[in-house]
Amino acid sequence: MSFSWAKPYEPKHPLMRWLDERLPLPRLAYGAIGGGYPVPRNLNYFWNFGVLAGIFLTIQIVTGIVLAMHYYATTDGAFNSVNQLIMRDVNAGWLLRYAHMNGASFFFIVTYIHIFRGLFYGSYKAPRELVWMLGLVIYLLMMATAFMGYVLPWGQMSYWGAQVITGFFSAFPLIGEPLRVWILGGYAPDEAALTRFFSLHYLLPFVIAGVVILHIWALHIPGSSNPTGVDVKEERDTLPFHPFYTAKDGWFAAAVLLVYAVVTFFAPNYLGHPDNYIPANPLATPAHIVPEWYFWPFYAILRSFTIDFILPAKLWGVLAMFGSILLLFFLPWLDKSPVRSGSYRPVFKRFFWLLVADVLILGYVGGAPLNWWRTALGQIAAAYYFLHFLVVLPLVSAFETPDPLPSSISESVLHGEETEAAPAGQTKPRRGATATAG
Amino acid sequence: MRFILGFIGSVFAAILLFSMISNLATYYGNKPAPLASDVFHKEPKELHLASDGPFGNFKNQAQLQRGFQVYSEVCSACHSLKLVSFRDLKGIGYNDAEIKKIASDWKTQVPSINPDTGEASTRKALPSDNFPPPFANEVAARAANNNALPPDLSLITKAREGGAAYVYSLLTGWADPDTYRNEHGERLPADAKPPQGLHFNPYFANLNIAMPPPLTTDGQVSYADGTKPTVDQMAKDVAAFLAWTAEPNLGNRHAAGVPVIVFLLIAAVLAYLAYQQIWHDAKRSVRVTGALDPKNQAKSRRAKAKQGVAG
Amino acid sequence: MVTQSAEGSTDTGHDGGGAGVRRRDFLNIAAVSFAGVGTVAALAPLLVQMAPSADVLAMATTEIDVSKVQSGQGIKTQWRKQPVFVRNLTPKEIAEANAVPLSELRDPETLAQRTKPGHANWLITLGVCTHLGCVPLGIGEGENKGPYGGYFCPCHGSMYDTAARIRQGPAPKNLFVPDYKFTSPTTVQIG
Repeated sequence: MSFSWAKPYEPKHPLMRWLDERLPLPRLAYGAIGGGYPVPRNLNYFWNFGVLAGIFLTIQIVTGIVLAMHYYATTDGAFNSVNQLIMRDVNAGWLLRYAHMNGASFFFIVTYIHIFRGLFYGSYKAPRELVWMLGLVIYLLMMATAFMGYVLPWGQMSYWGAQVITGFFSAFPLIGEPLRVWILGGYAPDEAALTRFFSLHYLLPFVIAGVVILHIWALHIPGSSNPTGVDVKEERDTLPFHPFYTAKDGWFAAAVLLVYAVVTFFAPNYLGHPDNYIPANPLATPAHIVPEWYFWPFYAILRSFTIDFILPAKLWGVLAMFGSILLLFFLPWLDKSPVRSGSYRPVFKRFFWLLVADVLILGYVGGAPLNWWRTALGQIAAAYYFLHFLVVLPLVSAFETPDPLPSSISESVLHGEETEAAPAGQTKPRRGATATAG
Repeated sequence: MRFILGFIGSVFAAILLFSMISNLATYYGNKPAPLASDVFHKEPKELHLASDGPFGNFKNQAQLQRGFQVYSEVCSACHSLKLVSFRDLKGIGYNDAEIKKIASDWKTQVPSINPDTGEASTRKALPSDNFPPPFANEVAARAANNNALPPDLSLITKAREGGAAYVYSLLTGWADPDTYRNEHGERLPADAKPPQGLHFNPYFANLNIAMPPPLTTDGQVSYADGTKPTVDQMAKDVAAFLAWTAEPNLGNRHAAGVPVIVFLLIAAVLAYLAYQQIWHDAKRSVRVTGALDPKNQAKSRRAKAKQGVAG
Repeated sequence: MVTQSAEGSTDTGHDGGGAGVRRRDFLNIAAVSFAGVGTVAALAPLLVQMAPSADVLAMATTEIDVSKVQSGQGIKTQWRKQPVFVRNLTPKEIAEANAVPLSELRDPETLAQRTKPGHANWLITLGVCTHLGCVPLGIGEGENKGPYGGYFCPCHGSMYDTAARIRQGPAPKNLFVPDYKFTSPTTVQIG
């Protein structure tokens, strides 16, 4: 831990001392989430969503392991094992299945809020670029895991979703079709695809857990950022993680779990699609193939490319869809503003909210049946998405005049961020002189 | 590097712009006619069942048993219920003896092996068996139904938009294609009328369904509890029954949900109060430590005074 | 310069004495215990899902037709996915079983205790050796019945008599007699 005032671990209980001398896990926990990890005191609730993502990862792993005790990964048995065995006969099977199903949705909800927090507050900027990139790796792994998990019940959407997504690979010239056949172990999703998706779906969450550890470790080197984006300078800028942020995370987690429980117990199929309660039929395509809601923006980008231009439209769609996530890896170098937080970047802030609206529009277009005006809307929204990250942000970061920053976190806490952020002339911005004091 | 990325972004955006222009040009060039199914499809009628809402349950066993009667006397001729076992009928109020009788009397038998010769044969169903399907496989089902496949009904209310209300509307929705008018008074165009072998039903997504109306006359089934078996009543009852087959644990789920939510509410409130208490002073004051702590400043002043250093 | 809050105190805790401390500890303890109780309660479905599911429990009752089993014959069938020996004892076998003094038996039981009144010739036991679980021989025609004319387990040499009681070898108990009843003169319901 890089803060000099971080309290060192002093085990009081003899058992903890015994354990710590042999395997420094207590020390590790103390320094990471205990009293020994100083955290900026001004974090708002958008900083709670990382922990929530960890909670939902745990829920998914626990419910998933238990469901795997009853699931049959065969094309004959999968649908029945889920819809008869688990949903009717296994004790509390219905609860575990609905918890796992809705846990995936909530995992994505909290992760999306967590990502947008990062986008607004500049969490991806130096020195946290690797934290950001590890986070993107986690996100990609989550998408792969969720896709494969959705195939497992072997309903109509499971099967046809697998067809469509593995079909992406055939868009690539030369290697595309052999790659698709290799992934499926056949020419269409069948026994081989189902069993290997089950194996990988079981494996990847543990890979995610490993990358999460790296993600947190990389974060704990510089420590957490904060809503002002101003670095921690002194002890009074921070509070020990325990008990302050354990308490804050604890109550907010209870509130989020409450919402999760309402959905799981009272509207468990709301976020799903009825067609997945029809057993998979390779000979009959559903009227509207749609992925789960958390993939809708990417589905919209994919379907927006409708003309051939050197490359076929399908290939453009696939490249753009993958590109839309891959470009996020470059974000620390695209947005070069020295000001981290969007709170002090008025122009950036407006474009940020435009991006949020844009992603919501893409989500709507991705989930609804295609017609002429939705396609057009999706094309505009997809165009803006790429322009936002690849053209707008570099330009804004180069030419923007940011608002004056508070000189330290504790100043902004004491005096209120509004006074600090007000334009020059209304209140005296106190730079320079006070920055050296205390 | 940023220029390369900016260029790539502009290329994507440009292609999208071209796609959009071409798409709009095609659309305005020849506006497609509205699909008959969009114009004439009807949303499901309202249906109120005991299983509706956050406190829904399956305690109205009388209706569920009537619905089961409709299923077994009318629908089971073509539609399987493969995910439901006879023993599950306990959930709608039948006892062990009744279930044993229902199973052994069931008109389709379960595939089995002749214990003496080993040849394929059939046996009477046991309570532990699932409902045997009326047709051995899809080929047989299609052969008997003009190449249409009657879907399995175990999950039908979860597998269709509109759920039980859709099933009820469908079962009471057949109309004469020649005289039908939609809510705007429009008549069916000739190409939307049912071809040979199909039947017009505006509640069906594609308007023309292979199933002929199964509930045609009042009194098709005679209810043991004396309820009047009108077509409307039979349709409601079987829809309620199918809502149960799709989600037999609905009552348990709602019953378990209430204490969980109450618990989490109390836990959240307690945790929030604990949070406020822990943060109370931290939010309002800034704790000064080290050289600027007044106690330490006093100490160093005393030390300096002792040494005779001017303060 | 460093500013301090209007409240003036530089300490974040330790005001008001014992009562205040107890109150704030109580809230923390209450919140944490609630969370703890919730976590334990959440374990319940995880543990209960491993118990036999409804379809397994439904197979816990089996009906067997014994009309074809002649005197002196036996059949091997299944109950709860375990082998069951149904044997129609001859009068000679019944006499042999009744002649054994209980003091000689490791697990003393009379034949009458192991059969149903009125159906004393029907010996229905699990076909699972009580030593380590092998399926003993002796139920089928020509199988080795062991020196006591009952069953012989080839794994470690346990020998059972005509009432399926352990006489020699490492098995500690007689072959298990499940709950059964005759629902008709020729049908037995086990479980």
